[in-house]
Amino acid sequence: MTDIEKVVEDTAVELLRIAVTELPIEYVEAMKEGLEETEGAVGRAQLRNILENVEIAREESKPMCQDTGVVAFIAKVGDGFPLRSRLKEVLVSATRRATGEVPLRPNAVDMFRGNTRDNVGLNGHVPIIYIDLMEGDDLELIAMPKGGGSTNIAAHRMLKPGLGWKGIKQFVIEALADAGSLGCPPYFVGVGIGGGEDLCMILAKKALLRPFQVRHENPEVATIEGELLEKINRLGIGAMGLGEGPTALDLHIELSARHPASLPVGVVISCWALRHAMAIISKEGEVEIDKSA
Amino acid sequence: MEYHLATPFPEDEIRKLKVGDIVFVTGTVITARDEAHLKALELHEKGEKPPVDFQGVGVFHCGPIMKKVDGEWTVVAAGPTTSARMEIFQDRFIEAFRPAIIIGKGGMGDRTSKACQEHGCIYGAFTGGAALLAARGIKRVREVFWLEELGMPECLWVYEVEDFGPLIVTIDSHRGNMTKEVKELVTARMERMLAEME
Repeated sequence: MTDIEKVVEDTAVELLRIAVTELPIEYVEAMKEGLEETEGAVGRAQLRNILENVEIAREESKPMCQDTGVVAFIAKVGDGFPLRSRLKEVLVSATRRATGEVPLRPNAVDMFRGNTRDNVGLNGHVPIIYIDLMEGDDLELIAMPKGGGSTNIAAHRMLKPGLGWKGIKQFVIEALADAGSLGCPPYFVGVGIGGGEDLCMILAKKALLRPFQVRHENPEVATIEGELLEKINRLGIGAMGLGEGPTALDLHIELSARHPASLPVGVVISCWALRHAMAIISKEGEVEIDKSA
Repeated sequence: MEYHLATPFPEDEIRKLKVGDIVFVTGTVITARDEAHLKALELHEKGEKPPVDFQGVGVFHCGPIMKKVDGEWTVVAAGPTTSARMEIFQDRFIEAFRPAIIIGKGGMGDRTSKACQEHGCIYGAFTGGAALLAARGIKRVREVFWLEELGMPECLWVYEVEDFGPLIVTIDSHRGNMTKEVKELVTARMERMLAEME
């Protein structure tokens, strides 16, 4: 293993540890505000439990939730960064190590052979790895483990283009109403529009990673984000789906162009534990870690 | 009302509990998720018994993170998983094994609620994701079964718990179902909202 491979592997393990043990402080603050605004005892108890649990996780460096999810890495590789085709192997190896070291729950299941026990498999698809290229000499690496409960409530629909924005909004609201209590609200919502049946889902998942409460750069899209977030909260699902407290803390939309005959929409939902951490690694192997939301 | 109950719960205690009550459990709680439910029911249907008795104790929808320290299993994190997945066989499980309380998150449906009424069982919701808070209530890992076959998240972990909770009773033994009531309200609000957008 070269020096840079070692740095990337160690950093990826550390990012997974941070992601599962330290919830970004911005999310914690938002839930504290939510607690202040919640009147019902049942809803308040849920938010207090979450906040206390997050505190224990940070203090004891333990996973805040037993479902440490399926691991995803989102990497942007600079032109001059020395690690190229070996990057994937390094991230797979980091996932194996993190499973034992953090620890993470073994969550990769082979339909024939059962749990692979190391969060790796099948056919090289898990951990999920998205690799993009960028200018410069750095590697930008995000670790994003995501639990099964909130993954199961994702929604996808190929809308008739004639339904337009109204159809998109209605679908998102329906998706959240269907999700109800199942994915551990208060939720974070990512909406991906356009691009095809596959890209809209990827856009929706990556939308979750836009910094907290930062609206889309297009003011029209930003307005729709605000409108949808307000409507979703009016559904009144509440913390843990018990009808009290916030339903969703944030909602981000990402857009692509679409085929004239298609209007693909993806909705990816995260539980209150939207776990992620980012690092920028220089070609010399210097590491800068970003724990913000 | 808040209750502190020890397993095995007598049926008249269970029947006293109402939706919205808060329960803390002391005694035995056994983890079981999709695979463990299936396997236990398969054995039951063949006239065989699972390796542990669920009668009067807690069944916990949980796939924990466990770690062996000095040869002993210890709990790292053990929050509830989404109970709705077990809805397809929870009623048969309650009928076959007569647990006192099903512990999970996200609530369950009519089949479970009916089985709770018929056989004197309740559903207690623990805050989803609060895995370390849950772990604090687990005092000892007594036994583990089916670990090799089903893996860490799906096998049966037998825990000794002390004041494990707070659990919100969202299904009682009188057909009360809090999650279902909230869901109906949410659906009605959604329909109104969608109609207003037309």
